[in-house]
Amino acid sequence: MAITLKDVEYVAELANLELSQKEKFKFQKELDNIIKYIDQLNELNTENVPVTSHVIPLENVFREDRALPSLSQDQALANAPQKKDGFFKVPKVIG
Amino acid sequence: MKRGEVCSEEIISSVFDQIKKANPNTNAYVTLLKEQAKESAKRIDDRRSKGENLGALAGLPVAIKDNICTRGVRTTCGSKILSNFVPPYDATVVRRLKEADAVIIGKTNMDEFAMGSSNETSFFGLVKNPFDSQRIPGGSSGGSAAAVALHMATMALGSDTGGSVRQPASLCGVVGMKPTYGRVSRFGLVAFASSLDQIGPITKDVKDCALLSSLICSHDPKDSTSLPEAESNFTESLEGDVKYIKVGIADEYFGQGLDEEVKEAVMKGITLLEKLGMKVEKISLPHTDKAIATYYVLATAEASSNLARYDGVKYGFRPEEELDLSQMYKKTRSEGFGAEVKRRIILGTYVLSAGYYEAYYAKAQKVRTIIREDFSKAFEKVDVIITPTSPTTAFRIGEKIDDPLTMYLSDIYTTSANLAGIPAISVPCGKDSKGLPIGLQIMGKPLSEDLIFKVAYALEQNL
Repeated sequence: MAITLKDVEYVAELANLELSQKEKFKFQKELDNIIKYIDQLNELNTENVPVTSHVIPLENVFREDRALPSLSQDQALANAPQKKDGFFKVPKVIG
Repeated sequence: MKRGEVCSEEIISSVFDQIKKANPNTNAYVTLLKEQAKESAKRIDDRRSKGENLGALAGLPVAIKDNICTRGVRTTCGSKILSNFVPPYDATVVRRLKEADAVIIGKTNMDEFAMGSSNETSFFGLVKNPFDSQRIPGGSSGGSAAAVALHMATMALGSDTGGSVRQPASLCGVVGMKPTYGRVSRFGLVAFASSLDQIGPITKDVKDCALLSSLICSHDPKDSTSLPEAESNFTESLEGDVKYIKVGIADEYFGQGLDEEVKEAVMKGITLLEKLGMKVEKISLPHTDKAIATYYVLATAEASSNLARYDGVKYGFRPEEELDLSQMYKKTRSEGFGAEVKRRIILGTYVLSAGYYEAYYAKAQKVRTIIREDFSKAFEKVDVIITPTSPTTAFRIGEKIDDPLTMYLSDIYTTSANLAGIPAISVPCGKDSKGLPIGLQIMGKPLSEDLIFKVAYALEQNL
């Protein structure tokens, strides 16, 4: 499958990335190349093959629902680029 | 140290002298912790003089890859987007090293978000190979490998998603191990591809590697994929009889693309093990050529999801200007991530997007099963599998950076162990005619770390 410039623009939008024209052209070419390489997986018949959802099978383990010490509000906010009155500050969400 | 001939403070101060000499040329460290390290060393010396019991790594200088969280110490992941991030907690592995009285001396440079095989993608500048400053040290744990190779740390931690511990260890002439998936807690490791990521040690020799592994391999309730296995002391089983061990070699790992000198050195290593009494047998891992394609679908898909959290709200970089919400997300991510990270987010988003999920992501998850089965079948016949770690020795800076696919193929011999979840170690097995180190890889069944250490030790001691 070939990757078009439109694909790159669409996917960048989904991933919340803004690309320059130059980046778009570069990624289109590179990703097209990589996807063509990845297409070799189609040489394998995987009709009855299960997917690997976990590489070393583990049994689900439930733990007791118990409160343990966690980060304080100050610690949780310490790395926030912007904060106000003990909250994370973000641009207006609802107009 | 126990005999009082040398104290921790002296060791730490001599390591910082060495860092002062060697780090400007290699750029192995992003952050150095000289004052804290000296204080911890002093505390350990005090406790030793009082006759207190000390941990297994008492006073030893250890370096930590900069994608492993250290409480109160900046953890950048080699990225602008985390360049000011100071974790409020320690990763489980860091906590365990501190409990063993190790002295953490700094955070090592790496490819941005551990995405790279050459350490050229770090926001903090590239790392140079300790043997030739025109060449790359391998990646993504290139800083950790270069630091250990140049005695700027006694041992280091790295992380391995597709070879990021083993390939730089191989290219820098040191030992690096990727444990069985789930054997080391990922709590506090900045996530890249969660089903493949595993923290691993990088050390000067196999014994140190076994020692450091014994400390970090343990169950952790904070990691839901952590295995329930009890802790092991891998240093106890290094010596002893090796004649019962069956070694497998697969043609798929010795074919096109493999440098002749690398091939020769690895074959010499295998012959040596045969002389020690191990039985060498041909096996086949027929789907090896599909590993890179499978890996780059799964790793980028998981990365695109894991890296969605970098949105400029809770931590990390965010542009100063006033923007609306959607613009704030986009500017944060577009200015915060470098080119390779963007490339992988876009590829990962593409393979997960509507209409392509089945064709790429689900397909790769099935091929992953086929690759795992190759290994299960091989391990019915043999105990360990020996291959080269990397198809070439260290390549030149800039040689592959403009060609992502060629760069991805540098991991051709290492990604399979991540896909299959099995343990694998890289040990030095000689040098090429340019004087560059060559690494030999030993892979084992899940949870057979003790056995791969034993084979690695036998090779190292008899080489």
